[in-house]
Amino acid sequence: MTVTSKNSLMQNVIVCAAFLNGFVIMTIELLGGRVLSPYFGTSVYVWGSIITIFMLSLSLGYLWGGRLSSRKPSHGVFAAFFGLSALLSLPIIFFAEWTMTQVFLTVEDPRYGSLIAATLLYFLPICFMGMVSPYSIRLLVSSEEHSGRMAGLLYFVSTLGSALGTLMTSFYFVLWFEIDTIMWGAVAVLVLSGVAILIVHKLPVREAAGVHRYEN
Amino acid sequence: MKTKQTLHRSINPWRQGLLFSLLTLASLFTGLVTAETLHEERSVYRNIFVTEVDGRRCLLFNAVRGERNQTCMDMRNPKEFVFHYARMTMAGLLVNPDPKNILIAGLGGGTLPSALHELYPDAKIEVLEIDQAVVNVAKNFFNFQESESVETHVVDARVFIKRAGLTGRKFDFIVLDAFTGEYIPEHMLTQEFLEEVKQILTPDGVLVSNTFSTSELYAHESETYRAVFGDFFNLKMSGSGNRVIIAQQKELPSQGTLKANAQPLHETLKPYGVEILEFPNRMGTRPDWDQTKRVLTDQFSPANLLGR
Repeated sequence: MTVTSKNSLMQNVIVCAAFLNGFVIMTIELLGGRVLSPYFGTSVYVWGSIITIFMLSLSLGYLWGGRLSSRKPSHGVFAAFFGLSALLSLPIIFFAEWTMTQVFLTVEDPRYGSLIAATLLYFLPICFMGMVSPYSIRLLVSSEEHSGRMAGLLYFVSTLGSALGTLMTSFYFVLWFEIDTIMWGAVAVLVLSGVAILIVHKLPVREAAGVHRYEN
Repeated sequence: MKTKQTLHRSINPWRQGLLFSLLTLASLFTGLVTAETLHEERSVYRNIFVTEVDGRRCLLFNAVRGERNQTCMDMRNPKEFVFHYARMTMAGLLVNPDPKNILIAGLGGGTLPSALHELYPDAKIEVLEIDQAVVNVAKNFFNFQESESVETHVVDARVFIKRAGLTGRKFDFIVLDAFTGEYIPEHMLTQEFLEEVKQILTPDGVLVSNTFSTSELYAHESETYRAVFGDFFNLKMSGSGNRVIIAQQKELPSQGTLKANAQPLHETLKPYGVEILEFPNRMGTRPDWDQTKRVLTDQFSPANLLGR
């Protein structure tokens, strides 16, 4: 594989990963309402809590992801975001009930109860998912003049992913699968995205005449 | 770098805005209301309308599809239950004719708690309603009165019932009437929820659940109730899309007991338009649904998709 074809393969993988990341964020957010409802109900403030925490996690993720990208951006770190997002999503499957029981027992007001539970369950994984966006732009951008175009493309795919994630989850997934099954699907998608980035990153490059091999 | 950050911020609301944009659209459409509207109450959940036609006052949640009346009251005869389902709820009295601690999830116009309070002035009645605006409308337009024995809690019923279970509270007459017909609270149809309800029911207590008899949800819901309570009475009336589930912790009373309990109630319930003597024969336990349908759980409860 030549350097150019490897680079263009990597670009496609990054774009796909950003799409899936956007998809998974909204899948997890929509399921959040169902995860919290047995303990905190479906009053309007339960959705308020979930959306607040998702917005907050994403905004901080954007900030930190952007900062990290300015120091020696690497595909390894980028893949690690996906791995950590997947790992930190596992407590939603294994410890959600325990966590919510503790919150339910300590906090009587379901407004703050749902806010605390949403923070405990979703802050960390969604934060890492937020870091993906600015970091992927940094990896895609090679020159200043097409940075806006790349940013536009990235927002396009990740928001399109979010739209589809919302639609598929609310229209079909909840009808076909249990919540935990869908969560496992989200975890699997994140892991596969990370693995795909690592594999492409490690692909050997054939030295083309006149082109020096270099690591990106 | 600057452009990137600005773009980044501007894109945030898009992702999240998806959730609420549909809701906003829906509430805009409810602005189209017919002329006889007495009152419009704003709420964080929906707009509520009070209409009056021909002496019949109704509470509506969805004014576009005009048939969605939640509660109606005949102003010349305010006692009488206008709808079948409200009358059918009284069938719970055949199983427990002397309730002392009543819990009602879903207020509507408050006709049910008002009637039960008239019938059982010594009973303690607690009503759970998620929407403060509904409580306001019931008080101002449907003569609903709170008192020492009639108490309303503005709360999600599942949250209240879960906490009641933890604190060991018990009720001997529980009515689940929280379904508006337009949106089904999915967390109140699950096996786990019904287990929580069963936990706060006294051994002699009765659960009366007003639900639907149409759509695929009927079978799923029936299987879920059976998984928790075993056999239950399934009360249906011709001309009503509702069915009322009547369940108990212990074994259900016989037809003879139901009929015996109906006799003394007959006269008292007449002013409410309830022909209680008709009910025992219509209270069957035989499943008339597809028994292979899946039980609804907190993990799997696509009630709104099944209820289509």
